[in-house]
Amino acid sequence: MIAALGRIPAQGGQSPPGLLGYFSAHRTEVLHWLWWHAWLSVLPVLIGLVVSLPLGYLASRRRWAYPALVSVSGLLYTIPSLALFVAMPSILGTKILDPVNVVVALSIYTVALLARVVADGLGAVPEDVAQAATAMGYTPLQRLAKVDLPLAVPVITAGLRVAVVANVSLVAIAATIGVPELGQLFTNGFQLSSTGPYYPPIVLGIVLCVVLALVLDLVIVLVNRALTPWRRTEAHR
Amino acid sequence: MIVFESVTKRYPGGTVAVDHLDLEAPKGRITVLVGPSGCGKTTSLRMVNRMVEPTSGRVLIDGADTAASPPAALRRGIGYVIQHSGLLPHRTVLDNIATVPLLLGTDRRRARSRAMELLERVGLTPALAKRYPAQLSGGQQQRVGVARALAADPPVMLMDEPFSAVDPVVREQLQNEFLRLQEELGKTIVFVTHDIDEAIKLGDRIAVLRVGGRLAQVASPAELLARPVDAFVAAFVGRDRGYRALGFAAVSSLPFEREETVRLGEALATARDRLNGGWVLVVDAEDRPQGWLSEDGARLAAQETVTEDALNLGGTLATEDGSLRELLDAALSSPSGRGVVTDGEGRLLGSISPSTAVRLIEERSSAPAGAPGTGEEA
Ligand SMILES: Nc1ncnc2c1ncn2[C@@H]1O[C@H](COP(=O)(O)OP(=O)(O)OP(=O)(O)O)[C@@H](O)[C@H]1O
Ligand SMILES: [Mg+2]
Repeated sequence: MIAALGRIPAQGGQSPPGLLGYFSAHRTEVLHWLWWHAWLSVLPVLIGLVVSLPLGYLASRRRWAYPALVSVSGLLYTIPSLALFVAMPSILGTKILDPVNVVVALSIYTVALLARVVADGLGAVPEDVAQAATAMGYTPLQRLAKVDLPLAVPVITAGLRVAVVANVSLVAIAATIGVPELGQLFTNGFQLSSTGPYYPPIVLGIVLCVVLALVLDLVIVLVNRALTPWRRTEAHR
Repeated sequence: MIVFESVTKRYPGGTVAVDHLDLEAPKGRITVLVGPSGCGKTTSLRMVNRMVEPTSGRVLIDGADTAASPPAALRRGIGYVIQHSGLLPHRTVLDNIATVPLLLGTDRRRARSRAMELLERVGLTPALAKRYPAQLSGGQQQRVGVARALAADPPVMLMDEPFSAVDPVVREQLQNEFLRLQEELGKTIVFVTHDIDEAIKLGDRIAVLRVGGRLAQVASPAELLARPVDAFVAAFVGRDRGYRALGFAAVSSLPFEREETVRLGEALATARDRLNGGWVLVVDAEDRPQGWLSEDGARLAAQETVTEDALNLGGTLATEDGSLRELLDAALSSPSGRGVVTDGEGRLLGSISPSTAVRLIEERSSAPAGAPGTGEEA
């Protein structure tokens, strides 16, 4: 990343229009877009997680619910994201430029991904552990909160990592419908390239997306580690 | 006391796992359910704490129908131990043991200090308290499982093959400690196993189930060995049941003979003088038998005195107030042909020949208790 930051402007020749030059010239709006991009990536994951927990729980407990969940979520994933962004205003009654459209659309994708992950995670609790917990006298809800969910954390966070990274790239598409985020850099780059290739905004957009994805991923990894101290010991078995 | 009243369990799909079971598990005693795989042992056990609901019939604990208590509350009053411990992988050993007290609303400090006591009670060092289950051996996990079941001091314990997933040496240790613990605690225990030897060792009463979930026989271990009711029970109890039944026959007024001995460290010449039939028994300073020294052993020894490495350790020891089985085994296993008998402290009393042991067995067989092995087997 650092190497790329240094090299690209050198290739570009003169330093003011290079990557860093472009960044310092557009500092305020780029940071604004980065901030929005981060929010638009994270918020749907949080909403999606909250919705996925009860759905996944249901799917892990009712025999009919799991296959239904798998087919519905598969179906949702086949809808192109741009189509979903464009369709949202007519479904929600929002304005076309409203970022809510993006949040809702990406929340739907996240649910499609996470509900199944939650169901798998809750279903993967070892049978003897589940039986023993029931025999100790946990009520079904206590068991869910104190046994099944904590044990499903590693599976769920693995799903969250996929969802967050996917969202970072999906959010960029929303620039096409005018939502302020890093995708604007690509739009700008294409516009400025009309007379000849002009890379700085495009490269800057890619670099910032990758950095954002890596940082969010790292946050989830750290949260997972904090929530699952028992897993660090398994290697010593 | 736990009472099964004509309890039947038919699973969806039609399998009848338990068929009109009538059984009593007396208060403060270990009742063992034993039988071949799939005969409904686990199902019967789980109907006590309502993990499985009977299709018909009732299960009563101290006269109260279990169907009347809410399942979670009922279960908190019943200890439960299973084969692969079922410890919660995300909780430390201490918190695992404290599970039920915490569910019952005991405050965390008290629950933990009680858990610490139990940890030691089941023979684990306090150093293990902060570990996670994955950091324990299988045997240690089982001990933690037992401690967890005991934590809320429930009067009733259900144990489903708790010792069958550990190696035979550890299993024997766990069984012995379990008996010692039960001696102190006097819980009402229903214990499931498919191993008849374990059933005989641990059970005060043994219920043999046959496939299809029907009760074949309920009896004390000695009675089961002596008088199996039918061919199925006889075959299940095993071919050497006659010999094993001797394990329940106590010996009184043993006619043992005096045995010449030599102490460790005494001159080999003395040992050679005392040889009897080519063997002399070696004892330590407190008169505890250490092993047999043979004529050859005395001749080939490197030192001039009797040392441990020259001894034959083949023979088992019988105690004065032990069983006929112990006595016969001591006589049969002894390299000299003379079985060594000791007192309760392990000091030598004398020896006994196989023919004397057999005479004692014959005297017992002619008593009205009845000879074992009157079944169909040759
Ligand atoms: N949940 C279930 N649904 C349907 N059938 C079951 C269920 N659980 C057990 N069975 C059947 O009921 C019978 C008794 O099972 P159970 O588990 O009580 O046997 P067991 O004596 O404990 O056997 P093992 O020694 O192998 O543990 C078996 O035929 C088994 O297949
Ligand atoms: Mg079983």
